[in-house]
Amino acid sequence: MSSETLATILFIIVVGITVAITFWASRQNKSAADYYAGGRSFSGFQNGLAISGDYMSAASFLGISGLIALAGYDGFLYSIGFLVAWLVALLLVAELLRNSGRFTMADQLAFRMKQRPVRTAAATSTVVVSIFYLLAQMVGAGALVTLLLGVEGDFAKRLTIVLVGALMVFYVTVGGMRGTTWVQIVKAVLLIGGTILITVLVLAKFDFNLSTLLGAAADNSGKGEAFLQPGLKYGATTTSQIDFLSLGLALVLGTAGLPHILIRFYTVPTAKDARTSVNWAIGIIGAFYLMSLVLGFGAAALLDTGPGSKVAATTGNLASPLLAQEVGGGDGTTGGAILLAFISAVAFATILAVVAGLTLTSASSVAHDLYATVWKRGQATEKDEVKVARIAAFVIGGIAIALAIPAQKLNIAFLVALAFAVAASANLPSLIYNLFWRQFNTRGAVWAIYGGLITCVGLVFFSPVVSGPETGTALFADHDWSWFPLSNPGIISIPAGFLFGWLGTVTSKEPETAERYTELEVRALTGAGMERAVHH
Amino acid sequence: MSTEATGAYRAHDQASRHDPVYDELHDSADFIELRRRFRVFAFPATLAFLSWYLLYVVMSNWADGFMSKQVVGHINVALVFGLLQFASTFVLAWLYSRYMNRNVDQLARDIELRFNNESNGGVGR
Repeated sequence: MSSETLATILFIIVVGITVAITFWASRQNKSAADYYAGGRSFSGFQNGLAISGDYMSAASFLGISGLIALAGYDGFLYSIGFLVAWLVALLLVAELLRNSGRFTMADQLAFRMKQRPVRTAAATSTVVVSIFYLLAQMVGAGALVTLLLGVEGDFAKRLTIVLVGALMVFYVTVGGMRGTTWVQIVKAVLLIGGTILITVLVLAKFDFNLSTLLGAAADNSGKGEAFLQPGLKYGATTTSQIDFLSLGLALVLGTAGLPHILIRFYTVPTAKDARTSVNWAIGIIGAFYLMSLVLGFGAAALLDTGPGSKVAATTGNLASPLLAQEVGGGDGTTGGAILLAFISAVAFATILAVVAGLTLTSASSVAHDLYATVWKRGQATEKDEVKVARIAAFVIGGIAIALAIPAQKLNIAFLVALAFAVAASANLPSLIYNLFWRQFNTRGAVWAIYGGLITCVGLVFFSPVVSGPETGTALFADHDWSWFPLSNPGIISIPAGFLFGWLGTVTSKEPETAERYTELEVRALTGAGMERAVHH
Repeated sequence: MSTEATGAYRAHDQASRHDPVYDELHDSADFIELRRRFRVFAFPATLAFLSWYLLYVVMSNWADGFMSKQVVGHINVALVFGLLQFASTFVLAWLYSRYMNRNVDQLARDIELRFNNESNGGVGR
């Protein structure tokens, strides 16, 4: 059997399993709390797996190993930043948010602010972050299918992107949070299993000696020891060093501001379960990133990563699947074909689960924040709200599909890093201020969100990533309107978000918000009066 | 019973105040102690791990010589430093959970219980 046939069969199995889960879950959805928060009835361990499934996206599986394969040690920063970031979520956000919110990120702000402006702002940034993140996953899906079916044409890629989009809309409209969570749990188990398998096979080639593996990677990369040292990608100039610092900041501060991660904390019954789920997530994600180090250096050691190679042509996005083929026996062998097909199917499952989570998050925010509160002023029924969430899922799916097609040239991990930068600039400042600063008020929240969002997206727009010949992969390589030298805007836009939030707060008076902080603080720390689990 | 429907936010421009019991709880000695215990761990720990992480990023950028030193075979300081970031993350997550279990959770439960008793079993919110 050819690798293509096998891969197609495995893809269909993956899709079949997830569709079955979704139908099963849809039968249990009765109330809005079921649809948005899975009835708040998942255990800490289940939610920990689901968080891992939500977080270990195509960026982690395909992007990071690809960056390490091409740029060596500098790719490692991504894994470290992505992991350490969980401590911000664990120590400052997860438990307090579980106690004080209901369905969306905005709930937590709306607890003490004027509802309509803060919900509009929070919904806007939720949708923007989720769309950046969605783009990355769709680019990954396109690259995978090109590899597997051996089709070079744009048509196949576009068809895949449209199919992935259709599937994600299906999961979200039919399964809601409960279905999405189970899809993520299954995916997390598959991904960890697949990664362990490849890691062991790679290490076996080097007698389980990490040093030998690193040495081989350095030799094969053609760059020698420099490949194992920091600075290959970012060390060339002062600008690129600052870019690296900027990236590091966005990675560590972004996680706790990602809306699709934040709403996962609402799916457990208590704050203590939220803590347990983050602990499981840290363990699972940490182990995964340690293995992705082996995958990245393994790909550098065993594959051709030079100019013109398949790995380089896809900015590293295909390093992991190609590595699986290599350790399975190589191109043209049965073992190679099986492993390539298996790992690609795992990557495909990964992408499906993550896009479902992202679409659900933005659709929830549109329905719960914009439709029910801003437009209907709280008069919408739960049934209408859920219906609007389903319609929103269609629209967001469409937007993501339309944007993903021109973004094909970018590295997935890089695209996700942009989503992290937006999350850290627009969402984190208002979340942290709201939880810990009594005087923080509506204007502060609105300015923090829009200020951080506009600064961040604006700087990306004027960066060499979007226009100009500098990077070679810019979206508009023929025109050049870039003046901002960094690819990563975080170092400017994150402080800007905090600054705008502070400025908005001190320039307006709103004694009511400080008064209501009393209640928020008690509720956030003790859980008194929080939203309970649903018992059917 | 589902409490979701009763907890729905009203259509006011601003969320309504739910219960005066919160003011009373906020000023209670138990709550002040709870908040102190939480912050005394969470704030310094956050400062510590962020500094430790930024030190790593800065060293990767501007301390090439040190980071490139080989420790064993092809394993250099940079790799060890990176792996230590993993280790410190695991350890801090564990320490935080142990601290909260021992020093904070019971206090939070007591206050929540008091809230439930004093606010008509939670209906008055």
